[in-house]
Amino acid sequence: MTAAHSAAAPLTETGALLSVRDLRVVFQRRGEPPTVAVDGVSFDVAPGQVVGLVGESGCGKSVTSMAVMRLLPDRGVRVGGSVVMDGVDLLTLSDDEMRRRRGRDLSMVFQDPLTSLNPVIPIGLQVTEVLRRHRGMNKEAARKAAAELLERVGIPDPRRRLDSYPHQLSGGMRQRALIAIALACRPRLLIADEPTTALDVTIQAQILELLKELVRETGAALIMITHDLGVVAGLCETVNVLYGGRIVERAQRHRLFTTPRHPYTHGLLRSIPRLDAPPGEELPAIRGSVVDNLPWADNCAFAPRCPRAVERCVGVSPEEETTGGRLLRCHNPVPASAD
Amino acid sequence: MTATWLDRRRSRIDDLAGGRSLGSEALRRLRREPAAIAGAVIIGLFVVVAAFAPLIAPHDAAQPFPELQENLRPGSIPGPQPGFPLGSDQLGRDFLSRMILASQQTLLVGVLATLIGLAVGVVIGTVAGALGGWVDTVLMRVTDVLLAIPSLLLAISVAALAANPSQTTVIIAVAIVGVPIFARLLRGSMLAQRSSDHVLAATALGVRRPAIVMRHMLPNAIGPVIVQATLTLATAILDAAALSFLGLGDADPGRAEWGLMLAQAQAYLEVRPALAFYPAIAIIVVALGFTLLGESLREALDPKGRR
Ligand SMILES: Nc1ncnc2c1ncn2[C@@H]1O[C@H](COP(=O)(O)OP(=O)(O)OP(=O)(O)O)[C@@H](O)[C@H]1O
Ligand SMILES: [Mg+2]
Repeated sequence: MTAAHSAAAPLTETGALLSVRDLRVVFQRRGEPPTVAVDGVSFDVAPGQVVGLVGESGCGKSVTSMAVMRLLPDRGVRVGGSVVMDGVDLLTLSDDEMRRRRGRDLSMVFQDPLTSLNPVIPIGLQVTEVLRRHRGMNKEAARKAAAELLERVGIPDPRRRLDSYPHQLSGGMRQRALIAIALACRPRLLIADEPTTALDVTIQAQILELLKELVRETGAALIMITHDLGVVAGLCETVNVLYGGRIVERAQRHRLFTTPRHPYTHGLLRSIPRLDAPPGEELPAIRGSVVDNLPWADNCAFAPRCPRAVERCVGVSPEEETTGGRLLRCHNPVPASAD
Repeated sequence: MTATWLDRRRSRIDDLAGGRSLGSEALRRLRREPAAIAGAVIIGLFVVVAAFAPLIAPHDAAQPFPELQENLRPGSIPGPQPGFPLGSDQLGRDFLSRMILASQQTLLVGVLATLIGLAVGVVIGTVAGALGGWVDTVLMRVTDVLLAIPSLLLAISVAALAANPSQTTVIIAVAIVGVPIFARLLRGSMLAQRSSDHVLAATALGVRRPAIVMRHMLPNAIGPVIVQATLTLATAILDAAALSFLGLGDADPGRAEWGLMLAQAQAYLEVRPALAFYPAIAIIVVALGFTLLGESLREALDPKGRR
């Protein structure tokens, strides 16, 4: 269960594979007020580390990952801050340089395996395409490597599957293929944006297990984006909880699960069904929804939904505070002894 | 109900077993469509007749026959008789042979004009859809202007610009009519592809831009354009016939061409309406064939119909 090999990795900038600092993404459409989707997010990912990015729909998880990959459209979006990998700020790279790094140094698996593969070309070609692009393989070598990759991700009869079209594979198989493609060139960072949301439950567990094995095997770091704390529990060492485009709490997984300090995290954890709960007990839910959000500028965005809100929460924006390896952004956190 | 469910299960299993592509799946669905079959039969017949016209035609189409000519007088054109199933035309030539030979012209003009229009339209649509920005804006303004003109009027204007009308001017004029339709259609589906998940995924893998456009966007965007080409073949045939009818085609009056034959038959409508009837029917039936097939193709390739 516990990934021992880097569980103790501290959140320092030294030795980090990826350092995201003050990332800010603002969508600006003509004639509309700007939307701040990501509002000053900072986090580090150490080599081989599995980091979770958790939060409810619309909190900015996907936008964060798209900004890191530089996949946001050129127009109508302003991206600020820095995303440093290998000592280089990815946000300042030319398009060509960034294109060389994508798939080779950092890679991504998307939510929907049904639509993320090109429907008109065989799976094999989609695997060999990246191998030939980034590793300069010739056709035969790439095909051989592709068959091995498909075999590694658990696709039966890989040699024949190379010639299959995406629609001939089940959802789980397609996600396996996508993972194989994303990891084909052994990137050092993989971002997985809700890779199991579109799959049914039994397949979800298999895919998560596969991801876990593969990142361990290849030594890749993984940013796992999810709204499912169950996924986090089985996978991530460090967990970032995102709310309204800001990180509200960050801690090692076991500390976050045993002693959540932010009322939002607390609420999220309490809303997970538990086997040891007395039968008939209602699950507590976080009241309200994202639409109630206040702007962060002078407030805590979560204040309107927060059971522990105090006067200061409206009018004073809470700052990030790091104590003992835990980051917290809250005026009135759940007491540490409340577990 | 159970039968169809079973069929679906079976074909699904078949799919999983064999490496069948999307194209062959569409073909499978087409084969069950009566309209598609009708269209395909018409087009098949038409193509066979055109390809082997000189062999099929019972007589030399350019040759007046004395036995027909001697019964030719003002107010009377000989009708069907032994050896000449459709009778004579206004100059004493075998009408059936001329009808058969004319199919060649129609096929040639229709196919060439459509292919040229398709090629130019695909280039423009690809460039506009892939590059976007001001290139897209400029190209689409131009196509908008062309689209704003009714297609036949546009074809007539282009053909009329030519100093001496010929088969080539007809082909070019009809091709130009098709260009903005193809360009606009492709550009639209290229734009849709640009924001599609699999293009985003390919971009996230560092695939080069030319490969993204040619391998990931164009093949997925071209479907509706191919369908449109089938439908455009129908209008191309109609437009080309109309140009000939209006005297904007090849100046040689002896040429066998349905549009021209229809024009020449006007003077003899009261004497022998069949001279107008057969070319008109031929044009309509062939155009109908392409339309039937094109519409069925459109349905078969519609992703919504896909499982
Ligand atoms: N193209 C866009 N234009 C304008 N606003 C956008 C755009 N994309 C995202 N946003 C805004 O950014 C915010 C964050 O979106 P994001 O997709 O990152 O959410 P998410 O955390 O990934 O949610 P989900 O769990 O639903 O995937 C949303 O509130 C959304 O309104
Ligand atoms: Mg998302």
